Amino acid sequence: MSWIDIGHIDDIPPRGARVVKTPVGCVALFRTAEAEVFAASNTCPHKGGPLSEGIVHGQSVTCPLHNWVFNLDTGQADGEDGRIATYPVRLEGARILLDGEAVGKRSAA
Amino acid sequence: MTQKLVIIGAGMASGRVIEHLVEENAGAFDITLFNAEPRGNYNRIMLSPVLSGDKTYEDIVTHGADWYEAHGVTCRFGEHVVKIDREMKVVEGQNGYVPYDKLIIATGSAPFLIPVEGKDLPGVITYRDLDDTNAMIEAAQKGGKAVVIGGGLLGLEAAAGLAERGMEVTVLHLMGHLMERQLDEAAGYLLRRDLEKRGITIMTQASTAAILGEDRVEGVMLEDNTALEADLVVMAVGIRPETRLATDAGVEVARGIEVNAQMQTSDPNIYAVGECVEFDGHLFGLVAPLYDQAKVLAHTLMDQPDAFVVKDIATKLKVTGCDLFSAGDFAEGDGREDIVFRDPARGIYKRLVIEGDHLVGAVMYGDTADGNWFFGLIKDGTEIDEMRETLIFGPTFQGGEQADPLSAVAALPRDAEICGCNGICKGKIVDAIEGGATDLGAVKAQTKASASCGTCTGLVEQLLQVTLGDDFEAPTAQPVCGCTDLSHEDVRRLIKSQELKSQAAVWQELGWKTPNGCHACRPAVNFYLLADWPLEYQDDPQSRFVNERKHANIQKDGTFSVVPRMWGGITNPDELRAIADAADKYNVPTVKVTGGQRIDLLGVKGEDLPAIWADLNRAGLVSGHAYSKGLRTVKTCVGTDHCRFGTQDSTGLGIKLEQALWGSWTPHKVKLAVSGCPRNCAEATCKDVGIVCVDSGYQVSVGGAAGMDVKETERLIDVPTEEEAIAVTIAFVQLYRENAKYLDRPYKWLAKVGLDWVKERIMDTDERARLIEAFELSQSIYRKDPWAEHAQERASSYAPLADLTLEAAE
Ligand code: SRM
Ligand SMILES: Cc1cc2nc3c(=O)[nH]c(=O)nc-3n(C[C@H](O)[C@H](O)[C@H](O)COP(=O)(O)OP(=O)(O)OC[C@H]3O[C@@H](n4cnc5c(N)ncnc54)[C@H](O)[C@@H]3O)c2cc1C
Ligand code: SF4
Ligand code: FES
Repeated sequence: MSWIDIGHIDDIPPRGARVVKTPVGCVALFRTAEAEVFAASNTCPHKGGPLSEGIVHGQSVTCPLHNWVFNLDTGQADGEDGRIATYPVRLEGARILLDGEAVGKRSAA
Repeated sequence: MTQKLVIIGAGMASGRVIEHLVEENAGAFDITLFNAEPRGNYNRIMLSPVLSGDKTYEDIVTHGADWYEAHGVTCRFGEHVVKIDREMKVVEGQNGYVPYDKLIIATGSAPFLIPVEGKDLPGVITYRDLDDTNAMIEAAQKGGKAVVIGGGLLGLEAAAGLAERGMEVTVLHLMGHLMERQLDEAAGYLLRRDLEKRGITIMTQASTAAILGEDRVEGVMLEDNTALEADLVVMAVGIRPETRLATDAGVEVARGIEVNAQMQTSDPNIYAVGECVEFDGHLFGLVAPLYDQAKVLAHTLMDQPDAFVVKDIATKLKVTGCDLFSAGDFAEGDGREDIVFRDPARGIYKRLVIEGDHLVGAVMYGDTADGNWFFGLIKDGTEIDEMRETLIFGPTFQGGEQADPLSAVAALPRDAEICGCNGICKGKIVDAIEGGATDLGAVKAQTKASASCGTCTGLVEQLLQVTLGDDFEAPTAQPVCGCTDLSHEDVRRLIKSQELKSQAAVWQELGWKTPNGCHACRPAVNFYLLADWPLEYQDDPQSRFVNERKHANIQKDGTFSVVPRMWGGITNPDELRAIADAADKYNVPTVKVTGGQRIDLLGVKGEDLPAIWADLNRAGLVSGHAYSKGLRTVKTCVGTDHCRFGTQDSTGLGIKLEQALWGSWTPHKVKLAVSGCPRNCAEATCKDVGIVCVDSGYQVSVGGAAGMDVKETERLIDVPTEEEAIAVTIAFVQLYRENAKYLDRPYKWLAKVGLDWVKERIMDTDERARLIEAFELSQSIYRKDPWAEHAQERASSYAPLADLTLEAAE
């Protein structure tokens, strides 16, 4: 893994999301009501809805286009046959670290 | 051979070290104990009971003079150590030098002062030691007002103690909820409620700008320019490890004095223990881990192998009546699952956080009896899979307790208003039921409850069921969503009668089953709260659908549409030029004239929104709210200005209405139109409110629609003047805002409450005036252009957080 610092926890509002542009496409970083962050694909497998624009509740997000609900931890859609890719992300203090390798960045070495 | 052991600081950590040493190996050390405070070790955590008057200093002394004497400890109390000379192995106190073989630094920590003007004024106190406590007790004897800065553990204990001693206390807290490091929002809400019940005022998101006063403290000024009077200010915003001696001596210090697992610093003859240390990146602020450290250090000094490990800790608050517990990690990390239990009737909230097969965190309020059991499960890493289903009910679960869907209603006090139309309280209804009114019809007849608009029917039925038990089966109303058993109408009514003013209050008092709702209930609850408490409740963008959060309509490809307002459908060449320029500059693929008499720029990239808005703002164009559950458009026809049939200035009235109503949030979208004569070119008779001008004045009709249902409006009232037409319209919109279910257009709401009920309210001149006043109050906050605000203050949130593709290309 190669952890990349992409920002401060407060850059994402509680129960909100921001996107990060990566070689594998837009990755959405979701924050729950706590200091807790998940990274997953920004693109809904249904019809491409931008998930970072959805409402975040508990540890789920609802797609803004047709209300599919995704578990942010597993990526699985609730009651639908669909799943989004999830990526390793962690907090170090207040900094958000995303695994660069998982989102297609070759490590510097 | 006895060694010379010098200890700097006679606090809770070093006290424990000495106990271990003298008990396990008396005489091994010749101990000299320095303390800056003019006294020996006392139980610092019990200062709060001393402050509140439940205990005295004598009660909390752990080691008295005779104890030190009996164990041969040389005490140098009231003497600061000013220097450590590592080469000479000598400690310099204010009254002279003491050589050491081994040295322990146990200086604890120092309160952090926020660097604002006036922080050094007399009357500004921190909360750390007995002297601070006595200073507060003395100040409280004069009564008056106290402001406590900091809503953490220490600040709240200080606040409760001062309130107990008769002061009028306000707590200022920077964050959104109290004790945010130990509690989640729900528990923070309950804590706030209990503290408020004792007369303490709590202000969250309150940032201190300055402390005011000439010779002594007189007040506190907040960033938003609110000024508070204060005779006493207690600053309890945090602590910092007291590391100065170590730093000066060249011992390695990060945030705290760095130690290894044997509590040894970078100098092998110097050890450190307590809040002054940093171990493996951790700092400490509670005694439990310090006692572990003390034991390890004692063993190290006695050459017994031992190692300190960081364990989870549990927090309690020592304020009687505020029963809270939190342990483990309920915030950070991936792969978590929540179990939530709420009992509004008893003010109980419990939340367990589970990761895989293990409990990793617990937050509880109101009933914390099982706290230590949960804490044990967390610490021991017990596998909980087998008991998962009933875990939240604790170790003694017998299979009985269940969340009761009626508990929210059962918990209501007797004076809670159930029927808003007729002002009927719970007590009166329950009395009627007990007196023999055992069905809805009888309750209606006897009390008038639910006899007018009927919105409270569900609550009356629940009261029948609560009072009569199994003899009455309430018909199940459609609940808002899976998070609750209550209907929209119930929730609205209860928000009003229970004066619930935050989301956390709704979740708790109405027994929500999820930590913070879902995409269905959150937008509704957010609207209900802001409609009922425009001043107290702060709109929550994260509880809004993307269109309302971003003030633009999302398109199927993820781009957005931008629709500026054109008041009453009127525009001019400058505005059109600005729109054309914006369309060019931001490569807008489609420019369309809408059915609402204005222009839609479709296909704008999300990142460009703040910039295009700023450009449009410069030409005087503001948000058209084409995305909102709020006022959309006011269509007009050309009226008397140009048309040969026009009877009144329909365009002018349309503009006035749009300017009065814009920015307001409503249960669903609201569209108006004003036509200059009954030919009705503005299609007023299929709008939510439609006004048709006639020679004698204005025909105001309501409840039209031309979307999924097509409906003609029904006449509300005929009025002679333009002012009255505006007044009636505003009153109608406000009545709708106060009463309708979220996502009911006015025609649907009217079908439930009846046009007659609405007419009655609007005709009643007092009620009409009240409605208009309430609307204006709300508009004092919401009648503003969100585009301007977002373009200026939130532009960065529209951009990606980071761009990792750029570096990849290098
Ligand atoms: C832009 C516009 C069509 C146009 O090009 O003319 C439009 C576009 C949309 N309408 Fe409309 N409606 C537009 C005028 C109308 C009208 C005509 C009118 O207002 O005079 C109606 C019928 C009148 C009425 O509301 O009763 C209308 C009835 C609807 C409905 C059905 C509402 C209902 O209660 O039955 C919806 C769906 C909804 O709101 O749930 C809807 C929803 C929508 C949404 C917001 C769909 C959505 O949720 O994404 C469309 C957004 C498109 C976009 O991406 O920008 N639109 N829509 C019109 C914008 C007017 C404006 O300037 O703000
Ligand atoms: C009001 C209050 C309530 C609390 N409630 C709780 C609670 O409920 N639960 C809990 O777990 N914890 C609580 N704490 C925290 C707990 O008291 C501390 O974690 C603990 O006291 C720290 O112990 P220590 O030995 O590291 O430092 P201290 O107990 O602060 O002792 C350090 C001593 O060193 C002295 N000193 C400093 N510099 C020098 C110097 N240069 N020369 C000589 N002497 C010096 C100081 O005067 C002080 O007496 C509370 C604290 C306060 C203030
Ligand atoms: S018919 Fe239409 S345009 Fe003509 S006067 Fe009446 S409202 Fe105006
Ligand atoms: S595109 Fe996400 S639910 Fe349809």
